[in-house]
Amino acid sequence: MTDNSLDLRAVQFSGLAARIRRLDASILLWLALIAVLAFLILNPVLRLIVSSLQETDTGRFTLANYRTAYGSIRHLQSLLNSLELGVGVALLATCFAVPIAWAISRTDMPGKAFVRLMVFAAFVTPPYLGAIGWILLAGPNSGWLNKVWMALTGAGHGVFNIYSMTGLILVIAVTSFPYTFVFTSSALDLVSSEMEDAANILGARTLRTTLRITLPLVTPAIIGGIIISFLEAIALFGAPALIALPARFNVVSTQLWQFFEYPVRVEEAAAYSMPLLAITVLMFWLQRQILGRRGYTSVTGKGGERRMIALGPWRWVMLGYALLVCALSVFLPMLVLLQAAFAKAWGRGFSLDNLTLHNFYYLLFEQTQAKQTILNTFVYSAVTAFAAISLSLAIAYVVSRKLVPWSNVLAFLCVAPFVVPGIVLAIGFYAAYAPPPLALYGTATILILGFTTRFLPIAYTSSAAGLRSINPEMEEAVRILGGSRLLAIRKVLVPLLKKSLAGAWILVFIPATRELSSAIFLVGPNTRVISVMLFDLSEEGNFEVLSALGVILLVVTVAIAAIGSRMIGRDFMLRRNS
Amino acid sequence: MSRLRLTGVSKRYGNFLAVDDIDLELQSGEFVSLLGPSGCGKTTTLRMIAGFVDPTLGTIEMDKQILSSPAGSVPPDRRQMSMIFQSYAIWPNMTVEQNVAFGLELRKIAKAEIKRRVGEMLEVVHMSHLADRYPAELSGGQQQRVALARAIVIRPSVLLLDEPLSNLDATLREEMRFEIRRLHDEFHVTTVYVTHDQAEAMVTSDRIAVMNHGRIEQVDNPRALYNKPKTRFVAGFIGRTNFIEGLSDGQQISFDGFALPRAAFERDVPSAGKAVFSVRPHSMRLSDTPPAARDGSASVGVVVLERAFLGEHWDYVVRPREGAVPLRVMTSPMDDIPVGASAWLEFEPRQMALIV
Repeated sequence: MTDNSLDLRAVQFSGLAARIRRLDASILLWLALIAVLAFLILNPVLRLIVSSLQETDTGRFTLANYRTAYGSIRHLQSLLNSLELGVGVALLATCFAVPIAWAISRTDMPGKAFVRLMVFAAFVTPPYLGAIGWILLAGPNSGWLNKVWMALTGAGHGVFNIYSMTGLILVIAVTSFPYTFVFTSSALDLVSSEMEDAANILGARTLRTTLRITLPLVTPAIIGGIIISFLEAIALFGAPALIALPARFNVVSTQLWQFFEYPVRVEEAAAYSMPLLAITVLMFWLQRQILGRRGYTSVTGKGGERRMIALGPWRWVMLGYALLVCALSVFLPMLVLLQAAFAKAWGRGFSLDNLTLHNFYYLLFEQTQAKQTILNTFVYSAVTAFAAISLSLAIAYVVSRKLVPWSNVLAFLCVAPFVVPGIVLAIGFYAAYAPPPLALYGTATILILGFTTRFLPIAYTSSAAGLRSINPEMEEAVRILGGSRLLAIRKVLVPLLKKSLAGAWILVFIPATRELSSAIFLVGPNTRVISVMLFDLSEEGNFEVLSALGVILLVVTVAIAAIGSRMIGRDFMLRRNS
Repeated sequence: MSRLRLTGVSKRYGNFLAVDDIDLELQSGEFVSLLGPSGCGKTTTLRMIAGFVDPTLGTIEMDKQILSSPAGSVPPDRRQMSMIFQSYAIWPNMTVEQNVAFGLELRKIAKAEIKRRVGEMLEVVHMSHLADRYPAELSGGQQQRVALARAIVIRPSVLLLDEPLSNLDATLREEMRFEIRRLHDEFHVTTVYVTHDQAEAMVTSDRIAVMNHGRIEQVDNPRALYNKPKTRFVAGFIGRTNFIEGLSDGQQISFDGFALPRAAFERDVPSAGKAVFSVRPHSMRLSDTPPAARDGSASVGVVVLERAFLGEHWDYVVRPREGAVPLRVMTSPMDDIPVGASAWLEFEPRQMALIV
């Protein structure tokens, strides 16, 4: 009897509990996720806007910050400089990327695999390392290119000066053109050969077909690339700090950094960062306007085979151009960086008696902070990647299975940091979480939180794409056989997603290891990371040790990327982001 | 007058012979279909005519001028042909009007003339009201009409169509078959049409070339192809059929339970040995009473094994009482003979096609 009544109670209880659980679980989940996203994204951005309108000490409403931020010619000039930089980089990067993307995707140019590899190498090279390479290459008089020029012509001084706007544009363009390349080539891969065949048979030759049909078809991708490289260029901190400051001009990011010199003026920085935010939002709005109602996704049927255009002798011209771009972006800077890393003094050139391992020895064994810094970098990046992937997977799951109402809001919040420049996000984080009550300034937590937010869009798009590729019926088959949702996730979903999650992890990890723009505002004395240390070393002018540190960073990232691609299959980084 | 001529054309991909020694000749203004199952080499043949693929052997000539040969080929953009693709390949970045005008612009025709001809062409395909639309805003059938207009407006020497209806739904497909034929009757463009759908080929074509394993099995007009298939493959691919085997002794051909005089057949049946015939299910008459003996026909007693009522007709499977091989017979919906009953099946030699 007792058993029986117990059963009855259990049934009643479980009926009620089930209802509560069904009701609460999803709402709790929804609230928890939105709270996390509010903490990571909404609050910092709101704090940024609010504090730009507050008096420093009293917190009262004021427009004084804007007056100070925009009240000087110098500050306005920096804004103009940033625009010039952005436009220059976007155009130059397009000139680098589009012909190479076309040659690789549509023609019989030789050496495609190698060129692709080099573009990938340019992609994983942090812009500030590229900048240092170019300082060694084209520093006035002492740079390698200038020395070669003087030796060849007997001239008394060099012709190249990297410390100029042109130099800065070149340096950023050679490291940001892979974005345009990836966008354009993956779009070109989707254009059916029939589109070109249709123009051929009507009488159009290769050049006309390419200009009138192929490239217009991938305009959205090219515009996307232009916008990304523009935004990247104006938000970048490292390369401008290394090149613009010695050249005695400022851009917005370097100016923002100066607001953080003692005494720290967060409110003015917040006010001054508004244009970056506005331009970014404007750009994405503009992109939608330009595209308008034209359809660009090619209407494809079963389609014929992909035919590569035979370029004849022109294929060697294309290869030459591709190798030139690779030389500017990878061969030359990497060569001089390697030389400096193994040199006693880089200016003494390539000779055996200049060769040394001391720079590495110094970093790994003598210098007390370097080891900690290297460890910090990889630990923070790994934790960031785990955090970003877990969060975005949970949200992507909730969104794709529509577990809660308005789940699209969650998706939107996840990709929102994409339109917030890293430097602006960092200032927002600083404004929101550096002061009490949280007082996170100088902790690892604030860095990891900042990085997680910054790379959440990458993690989210990867996880969502992975989830989309899995038919919900896979899970439903588990549920109908009596398995719970959690069991279905554990036994079916996660194993199926393993590869794409590992790919997403690497996609977050690699940029996190080289992140400087947001790190520079959030690091404390004990939480320095490699990128910040590189920057400090460059201020000391210690290029040999700096190069060695850069080589360590590159070797570790490339090793991880290589292991990743071995595990996941080639080209995981060059796939289309959806 | 011969316009397009393929002589001994072959295409080899590694060890795979995609197209095997094809001969085909099209008269000016003729509409010929290449019909066959997937992988039979029909699309490869079409792409060789277009110039996208070079033949391994053989030549393709146009008005006695060699277009393609293993030694070298005129590139597609100089052949003055046009083509309609499986995916339509309508350029999504251009409006309907711009799509249709593209070929004319390449021919350096005056602006006003282009506008007039594009306008006329869109009128013909009933698309004038959508001239300013972008392809993404059109339905499948409308995109198909744009593709047709774009291909025909340049008055091509040859129009090539590569399974153009395979992406449309069934009703639209039927409508577009007649549309394609109507446009051909209006413009008389020499046309090669690739399809795997026999109804499509029969509605549109003057002649059909049936292809299998890279070879052309038979080229004929649709009626001849259906009524007088020359090979087992053609008989089986176009419509349904029964294959029956007879033994010839010079005077008579003996079948499974009945015999017919050799002289009654149209084609010359070998005087000795086996001969295989294709008999369409509806070209035999099934009746429940013994038919009156008629000249040149023969009847055989059969047992009904299975039957199905399909509304428009009955589908019977019967077996000759003294034979072993079942036959399919189609009858009118009125002919109601139960399973297991005895019946008589009447053969007419004129309706029996000798298979070589």
